[in-house]
Amino acid sequence: MEDQILSTVDWARAQFALTAMYHWIFVPLTLGLSFLVAFFESIYVKTGNEEWKKLTKFWMTLFGVNFAIGVATGIILEFQFGTNWSNYSWMVGDIFGAPLAIEGIFAFFLEATFFAVMFFGWHRVSKGFHLFSTWMVAVGSSLSAVWILVANAWMQFPTGMAFNPDRARFEMQSFWDVALSPVAVHKFTHTTSSAFLLASLFVVGISSLFLLQKRHQKMAKRSMVVAAVFGFIASIFCAFTGDEAAFNVAHKQPMKLAAIEGLYVGQEKAPIIAAGIINSSKKPGDDLPAFYQEVKIPGLLSLLANRDANSFVPGINDLVFGNAERNIVGAEQRMVTGKIAVAELTRYKNAKEKGDAAAAASALALFNQNKGDLGYGYLKSPAQAVPPVAIAFYSFHIMVVLGTLFPLIFLLVLYFAFKGTLENQRWLNLACLLSIFLGYVAQQAGWVVAEVGRQPWAIQGLLPVNVASTNIATGNVQATFFIFLALFTALLLAEIRIMLKQIKTGPEA
Amino acid sequence: MIGNLDHTTLQQLWWLITSVVGSLFLFLTFVQGGQTLIFTTATTEEEKTLIINTMGRKWELTFTTLVLFGGALFAAFPLFYATSFGGAYWVWMLILFTFILQAVSYEYRKKPDNFLGARTYEIFMFINGSVGILLIGAAVGTFFTGSSFSLDMFNSVKWGTSYHGLEAALNLFNLSFGLFLVFLARTLGAMYIVNHVDHDALVLRARKATWINLVLALPFLLIILFSLVTMDGFSVDPVTGKIFIEKGKYLHNLLGMPAVLVMLLGGLISVIYGVLATGFLGKNSGIWFGGLGTVLVGLAIFSLAGYNNTAFYPSVTDLQSSLTIYNASSSKYTLTVMSYVALAVPFVLGYIAYVWKLMDAKKLTLAELTSEDANEMY
Repeated sequence: MEDQILSTVDWARAQFALTAMYHWIFVPLTLGLSFLVAFFESIYVKTGNEEWKKLTKFWMTLFGVNFAIGVATGIILEFQFGTNWSNYSWMVGDIFGAPLAIEGIFAFFLEATFFAVMFFGWHRVSKGFHLFSTWMVAVGSSLSAVWILVANAWMQFPTGMAFNPDRARFEMQSFWDVALSPVAVHKFTHTTSSAFLLASLFVVGISSLFLLQKRHQKMAKRSMVVAAVFGFIASIFCAFTGDEAAFNVAHKQPMKLAAIEGLYVGQEKAPIIAAGIINSSKKPGDDLPAFYQEVKIPGLLSLLANRDANSFVPGINDLVFGNAERNIVGAEQRMVTGKIAVAELTRYKNAKEKGDAAAAASALALFNQNKGDLGYGYLKSPAQAVPPVAIAFYSFHIMVVLGTLFPLIFLLVLYFAFKGTLENQRWLNLACLLSIFLGYVAQQAGWVVAEVGRQPWAIQGLLPVNVASTNIATGNVQATFFIFLALFTALLLAEIRIMLKQIKTGPEA
Repeated sequence: MIGNLDHTTLQQLWWLITSVVGSLFLFLTFVQGGQTLIFTTATTEEEKTLIINTMGRKWELTFTTLVLFGGALFAAFPLFYATSFGGAYWVWMLILFTFILQAVSYEYRKKPDNFLGARTYEIFMFINGSVGILLIGAAVGTFFTGSSFSLDMFNSVKWGTSYHGLEAALNLFNLSFGLFLVFLARTLGAMYIVNHVDHDALVLRARKATWINLVLALPFLLIILFSLVTMDGFSVDPVTGKIFIEKGKYLHNLLGMPAVLVMLLGGLISVIYGVLATGFLGKNSGIWFGGLGTVLVGLAIFSLAGYNNTAFYPSVTDLQSSLTIYNASSSKYTLTVMSYVALAVPFVLGYIAYVWKLMDAKKLTLAELTSEDANEMY
């Protein structure tokens, strides 16, 4: 039975990861391209130049093809919380459901309503209203990102809530604490700026292809300039917000930070590992080296984590086994108190059912003393509190390296555009084309850091994934996993082929 | 003012809000109905494309309303969300699969190099409009017939059958509910074609399709109505919260809530009038009567299931695990917050109506499909 539950959890996690990763192929492009299309159309309306209209419609077509499959994968994510994570849905639905409903009311309808005008309203509404509609689709896309990222941020940093032992669930106490938590703010700004960056890479890259093929050169150069400006600003903002996001991780999810840096033993003047090869045999508490090879920059991790290069950054061992000197209670100790909380909660519920008020009161008192570690009571071993270090480490470093590269690409595009020799820079155009793929790699890596780095928690520190999932036979989740895999892959292939055909045809279509 | 509402009032208010969203979704399933008409009412490729482009300008509204319906249930009644989606797993998964298929079909169908071919995407649309709607109807039917599940002390659901919800489609009442919705959606779809398309031959056939589909829906409607007034229901003791079986519960609900009876009868009359006006009187505005009627019928159905001390998601295997709008709801705080958020709904409805009016001011013609915007057409 135990194995089956674990297995169901694994498949549910795999399914969510699959859906989220597919979803995040399409959504960042939608988020960023919606604004770029709005920029292009704004220039058209201001100048009245039909060439800008043609350019707008070309990118709009690619936006539409991408948007549809983003919608298709998005609906699954929402409902998957219910189908595969029903215990989660009950235990935190009081808090988590609200942002999803607000997203529907404020964002989805804005997108859905004005999307039709954007595509079919050229001759049905005025030029000004059409432009307004295009902007509304862009605003709607970002509003959608606000609320889903508020929800995700709450999973990383649960705040504004309290546990209700009578209902056996967490309940919201402060909506504003949930909506405006620092993690939510930085998650939104970092994620959306990265999406703007990706869309800019996409426009710059496809335009570069036109330059390489010596087709639609005027349109391509115009698109590249607008996208490179947008992309450069977005990439700088993305780096800044990324630093803020990492600062939050250091304080709200120290285990995640330790994992993404492969830091096992906490230290002062902790270094950043600029590059390294993780020792896959390394386990918490053993004496093996964390890396086979590494390049360190001393003090930088301390600086990033605490804004002080000499400060102490806890390592995985400190967070698993505790560090009395630094006043860190480890997962090992927290499991002990957590198990008391779990047992007393059960005793409280049983006593309530039997009408034994005295027993209920004593159980509740003990529960309240230990409830801060309730989630740890469901862990099977202290080492389970450690996320997969290698995946988190490599994903983080790939994201950072690529994130550093992109602003340089945009700068070079702008430099050669200013010189008027963009079409002659074959190497740069090839690099821009390759950057589309690299942009997607960075996007996926970013979410792997966020989500794999949070493991084993569905809700950081409160609810591990093995408690959050639905009680259902593994075969059901396994079957739907493969159905989704086949379906999404087929639709992705269709999307890529349609996009390639549209690009091949160009703005003349 | 909202802050002063007690928990019970908020729970009832949110059942109403959720019911309104659900009922609006039922009206907007004219899109799904239209999708199934491409194989029966359209006789040429051009007519098929006209129908698809007509529905294609509204499909996202329907889709979004479904997503909001799910979001509202999650926010306001999380125990239902957890129990039904986690338990009746396969019904919801199949419904979702059909909506994934729909979401890409409009955009991809006519695009060159679309990998699966236009016909496949048309079949996807048909599946969404038939199987998807049928299963939604069957799922709503379980509000009255119940499901096999139990909840433990931590409200973790255990489903009683290995079919995980598919068994709902084998029940006559649920199946009738599903088929009624399929034919109602087709009726509404045909009425919308009449309202929005400028093509004499297609509109003539769509007028005919309205009454044919209503006639096809009638036997299932009669089964539903007869069952509702004769079946036992799941009652809640308002003092103890205990669930018990009450003979003629839904008849009692109808008689005990005259407004609901009026909504049900008024809604049905409105739909029938919409069909008569479209099918026999040559009017184009039937969709509005059909739409209003559908919303009223939807509201009546949800009210019958949730109000008047009724368990809206009953368990037939463990009666006390049944869900009511009181034991399945969010906390008072969350419902209060969400009620403030819901104040934005009239504004949202306002701009939707405005844009709808703008976009539907001119009917869709064949000429528009081949205009300079042809590349954007579905």
